[in-house]
This record gives sequence, C-alpha cells and structure tokens, in this order.
Amino acid sequence: MSNKQISGSEIVLEALVEQNVTDIFGYPGGAVLPIYDAIFNQNRIRHILVRQEGGAVHAAEGYARSTGKVGVVLVTSGPGATNAVTGLTDALMDSIPLVCFTGQVPTHLIGNDAFQEADTTGITRPCTKHNYLVKNVDDLARIVHEAFHVARSGRPGPVVIDLPKDVLMALGNYTQKSKVKIRSYGAQIKGDSEKIKLAVAALAKAKRPIIYAGGGVINSGRIASQLLTKFVKMTGSPCTLTLMGLGAFPASEKQFLGMLGMHGTYEANLAMHASDVLVCIGARFDDRVTGRLDAFAPDAFKIHIDIDPSSINKNVPVDISIVGDVRHVLEDMIKYWQSSRSKIAPKPLEAWWRQIDKWRAVECLKYEQGKSKIKPQYAVQRLYELTRKLKQDVYISTEVGQHQMWAAQYFGFDHPNRWLTSGGLGTMGYGLPAAMGVQIAHPKSLCIDIAGEASFLMNMQELSTIRQYRLPVKSFILNNFYMGMVRQWQELLHGGRYSESYMTSLPDFIKLAESFGMVGLRATKPEDVDEVIMEMIKTDNAVICDIHIDKSENCFPMIPSGAAHNEMLLGPEDEAEKPVSEEGMVLV
Amino acid sequence: MNTHIQPENSHIIAVLVDNEPGVLARVIGLFSGRGYNIESLTVAETDAVNGLSRITIVTTGTPMVVEQIKSQLRRLVPVHEVSDLTLEGDSVERELALVKVVGIGETRVESLRIADIFRANVVDSTNESFVFQIVGKSSKVDAFVKLMQPLGLNDVSRTGIAAIARGTGRMKKK
Ligand SMILES: Cc1ncc(C[n+]2csc(CCOP(=O)(O)OP(=O)(O)O)c2C)c(N)n1
Ligand SMILES: [Mg+2]
Repeated sequence: MSNKQISGSEIVLEALVEQNVTDIFGYPGGAVLPIYDAIFNQNRIRHILVRQEGGAVHAAEGYARSTGKVGVVLVTSGPGATNAVTGLTDALMDSIPLVCFTGQVPTHLIGNDAFQEADTTGITRPCTKHNYLVKNVDDLARIVHEAFHVARSGRPGPVVIDLPKDVLMALGNYTQKSKVKIRSYGAQIKGDSEKIKLAVAALAKAKRPIIYAGGGVINSGRIASQLLTKFVKMTGSPCTLTLMGLGAFPASEKQFLGMLGMHGTYEANLAMHASDVLVCIGARFDDRVTGRLDAFAPDAFKIHIDIDPSSINKNVPVDISIVGDVRHVLEDMIKYWQSSRSKIAPKPLEAWWRQIDKWRAVECLKYEQGKSKIKPQYAVQRLYELTRKLKQDVYISTEVGQHQMWAAQYFGFDHPNRWLTSGGLGTMGYGLPAAMGVQIAHPKSLCIDIAGEASFLMNMQELSTIRQYRLPVKSFILNNFYMGMVRQWQELLHGGRYSESYMTSLPDFIKLAESFGMVGLRATKPEDVDEVIMEMIKTDNAVICDIHIDKSENCFPMIPSGAAHNEMLLGPEDEAEKPVSEEGMVLV
Repeated sequence: MNTHIQPENSHIIAVLVDNEPGVLARVIGLFSGRGYNIESLTVAETDAVNGLSRITIVTTGTPMVVEQIKSQLRRLVPVHEVSDLTLEGDSVERELALVKVVGIGETRVESLRIADIFRANVVDSTNESFVFQIVGKSSKVDAFVKLMQPLGLNDVSRTGIAAIARGTGRMKKK
C-alpha cells in the first residue's frame, strides 16, 4: 500500500490480511455496516456468520486454541458488544488470544446515550488483556497491529478494538505491520539461567518428585509439549496435568498420573500431597487444583515456571520462580540437566513409583457398567476407544458440568491443542460454538462437543450456523435430565434438596437435529452406545447424539471445596462419612 | 488457615504510564477488582514530550499482596515502570493541603500562630477566615489539621502523596 488513502473499514481488512487472518466470526449491525460493506467487496477473508455474538467469541476461542493463531471476532455496538462479554472473560481466564472488533456510535455521539451505545471500553476493561477506542483513522492500522501483538505475546488474552462508525467511514493512511513500533508491552522469554540451574539441582536431589503442568505449555506451542515430554522422560518423574493442560504430555505414557485437582485422580492428588519436589510448569495453582491452601503439598520444595510474573506467589509461595516462556525454559532445563549429568537417585525414585502404584491400584476411576442404564463414564470411554484409531485428527470440546469432568477423566489426549474446555470461567454454552470454530479451522477433522443437555441449550442457536456452513460438527450429549453438577453439589451440601436443577421440557434432540437438516441419534441402553458412536463417525453431516445416561451418577473422585488433596471422596460411600466443613460450604 | 500470617505494611508505589484516556481507570479498576487497598492516589502528566504521567499510590498489604499488586500493575499495557519506593531505598514524600479555618478573635490569632510553627502559608484571607497552605509528610498535615479542629476548621483539600526516590535515579520509559 502506498500513500493512497483508504477508508477505516478497508484499513481494518488490510491489517487483518497482513496479520494472516483468513477467517473471522461475526454478526452485523448498524455501527459496523461499513466493515460489512468492505467484506462484501473482497474474498481474502472469510466471514462466518454466527447466530449470537456469544457464539462468535467461543467459536474464535475454539479456532485459536486448536490452531495457536489469534481468533478474530466482529460485532456491532451496544448489544453486540455486551453479548461478547462472557466470551471475552472466558478467553481472559483461559489465556486465549483473541482480537474482537466492536462497532461504536460515531465519535461525536459518544456519551450521549445514543441508540445502541454502550461504554464498551469501560465494560470490557476488566475482562480483556487490553482494549482500545480508536478516535482517529490514522491510528487505526497501528492499533490493529499492536492489538494482535498484545493478544498473542506473553500470556495470551483477548483484546477489544472499539470502532466508532465515523472512523470506519473516514479516509486515512494505512500503516504496515513492519512500520509499527510497539510501545511498552513485552514479555520475558528466556528464563534466568542461575535459577534454572538451581531448579535442576533441586529436582535431581528429589526423592519424591512430581511435575505438574498446565495450559501454559499448550499456549507455548507444540514444541513446548514435546520438550515437556522429553523432560519428564529423562527425569523419570511422574507427571500430572491440569484441566487446561490435558494433551501437553501424552495420556498413554506410563509416567502420566492423570489430571489433578477437584476431580483429578487419586494417584495424582496423593502424589502432589506427598511430593518433596514439585515443578509447576505453565500452571497457576488455581483453587480447583490446590484444594485447601494450607494443606497443599506441605512438604514440597516448589519450583514455578510461568511467563506471567503475577501468577507467581499469588496463591502458593514458591521456593524458586522462573519467569519465561515455557518452551525456552524447558529447552534450557533439558540442556542443563544433560550437561550436568543430573539424575534422580534411582532407589528412592523406585520406592516413590511403588507407592504411586499402590495408589493406582485403588483404581479411582473404576465404574460398573450394568445391563440397564448407560454409565456416562462408559459412554466417554467408548467414544475414546472408537475414535482413537481413526486416521482423522479428533478434537474434543465440552460444555461445563459433570460431562466435562467425565470427558477429562475418560478421554485420553496424546497431543496438545485437541482438547478445548472452559476451565477458568466454567462457561456453559462454550462447547458447541467452540467445536464449530475448530471445524472451521480443521475441516477434515472429527470435532466433537461432549455436552450436557442443559449447557447445550445455552448456545444451540449455533446449530443454524453449523448447518449454513455444512460443518460436520458432532454433539455428543450426555443427557441426565439434570444440571448434573448442580444436583451433585445439592446432594453433597444441601441435603439432596434439588432446587431448580431438574431439566424438563427438553427438545426431542433427534427432531431438533432433523429440523436443522442434521442427523439425530439416540442411545438409551448400554448396547446402543457403540452403534450410535460408529454411526456418528460414519456420518459426514453434523450429528446430535442424545445419550440417555444414569441420572443419578456423580463425578468421583472429588476433593470437596475447602478440603485437602489427601481428603478425597472416592465414591458415594465416602460422601456420608466425610461431611463438608462449614468453611468449605461458602467456597464454590 | 492461619499458617503463615504476614504483617501488613504501607507501601508507596510509583507508576509511570502512557498519558492516555482510561489509563487511570485501568489502575483504579485493578485495585477495586482485586480487592487491594488504596490509601492515597495522585496522578498528573510529568513528561509532556513523551506523553507520560506518573501515578503515586499508597497501599497496604502483606509482602505477598504487595508483590502481587506490582506484578499486576506491570501487566497493564500502558505501564512503563513500577517502582516500590518503600522497598527500593530512600525516598522523599510530600503532601500539600489547603486548610480553611473560620473564626474571629483569639482563635483566629491562635490559628495563625500554629500555622507559623508548621511553616504553613496563608494563601487566602477574609475578616473571618484563612486558607492555609501546608506542605510536608502526611503525618505533619494530619497533625496540623487536628490542631485546627478546635480553632474553626471548616474545609480541607489534600493532594495525596507525591513521592520520589532520593539520589540520581529516575523512572524510565520502556
Ligand atoms: C453460564 C453458566 N451458568 C451457570 C453455571 C453453573 N453450572 C455449572 S454446571 C451446571 C449444570 C450443567 O448441566 P449440564 O449441562 O446438563 O451438565 P451435567 O452436569 O448434567 O453433565 C451449572 C448450572 C455455569 N457454569 N455457567
Ligand atoms: Mg445434564
């Protein structure tokens, strides 16, 4: 682009092209009509029309998380922007890079309570990594390029660019990406080498080591997961992953103890509790993971690697903190581990593994599939077994609730970026649009939303989008006719008074599928499950599977809020024996 | 959960930021959203050429919380530098107050006498009122205001604390 002046709308598209954006998710309205006009006149960027702005943001999250690229959203002013807020908060909590363009009333009307005006930068300030209100068309290109930089660098997150309509229509100059000087924002990439050496030395001296890794490894890129795998193998240490980290270390490896935390495995949580050296990599000691803080890994020497200094010493004080990009830090740790010929003493390590094997022998994820009712665990396990041998890549998203935990427990992930779930915010309605976004990015892959029926209803308008773009997205609904996770807590904490947690007047999911030109399948007995899954895989259209599961099944193991890792409930028998403390009652 | 109760201390934190719309809201929103205390906050442009403002915040918290506050501030995109003046060597802190005292007769004379001791200046006067300007540490301002209480103290305006490190160092743009 030379000195020719172009409109603000054209500047936006030009900048998107320069940022290698190929797909954006959006919904039009008065304030963004100029951009839609510009979109109409080009074919470099594909616009995916969603059915509600919330769907656009989750779709962009799915797109971003499965590709490692920045997800892009375009919505109108006022209600368009406010509908996007949940998704933005979700992306902030789970560190997902997004750039969201919001329309705004023309500059001279801002502050006048104009039609469809909302204080978008005010509303989104606490739920974005950064936001901009563009007042001058000549700043526009720079701001877009800066926004992409901010969204993807350091700890990734969502960025909002609020675009008054007059700025979109004004003529201005385009600034190329290479000409933009990013002002003040940058993150530390390399870790402090002295601290890395200390960390390696501490780990080498461990008798009961554990590596606890999270979504930061995934965000750091594919190589980070490979390096983590290498590091875990060369140290011989057990490894556990957070909900966000699943896939960062292969689930099929012997050294994997499963997920940790509230619904983590017995072996992972007890190993955390008993460890003497704990290496946290790209995770943030979230309350779902730590349980009661004063009883969290009480004897462990703690090492924390994170790109975000504000994650360090936030909940749990650590002994060595290394700020840097996980990939670079792991690279250096591996180098130093090798060059210093470090090794964990084999005798205590073997004893540690024998102890872990005893915990494993408890078989905390065991369940019994009887003849009549489908156990949700069985349904997920079969879904895993019947899809793992496929040549296609398989991507799993989830909604929020019990089904989400069963998916995390019973579906194994051997690769990063294949598992998409709303971890930090816990947003019901995330999974379907997220799967849609994944399918846009990976048209040939098998994209499955493991859903609860209640969550599914929160964003099922996106079925229409899925139909429009002929996306073969699969919805695998574990239908228990309850907000199961709410019911479980009411059982545990509120004397089984199931206040407003029953799901009635549900649609007939088969007819619902058919009404959108999709295929609907149902399983009501255990022997139906395989057949439905095989049929679903075979179908190249979108499919909704309505799997009627045992309504009374609960998620175990469970560390109730306010309890410690070694106070897990293994099953319903434990529930009665270990009542939840009063302090635990107030926690969520 | 009382395993490691840490003492709470007061810290003066200086923050160098881009002087752009919304930057103060970001800082204040961070404090209110995360439940941190603000005891005093001042802000003004300090470098017009580079478009930089300096925010001085007085906050209290345990060492862990104060570290959190600083890391969270450093995460904000328009923030160039964060400096904990309480921890990073000696600093000077000053506050300015305008103190209005209304009265006649003996109390009026007494207020002037005290103002003199505190090196406060009279910046406005009528037959029955003075406005004193006092500069100093906040504790000095507190003491002055307290002494004016029985002498017809009528209105007070305080700037909040401005602070700067002693010696040759300076806060820098990134
Ligand atoms: C938007 C939103 N509202 C409310 C909740 C609280 N919540 C968490 S799980 C849950 C029930 C989910 O029910 P369902 O989707 O059927 O899943 P199940 O637990 O039955 O598997 C609710 C209401 C939430 N997480 N998100
Ligand atoms: Mg349900």
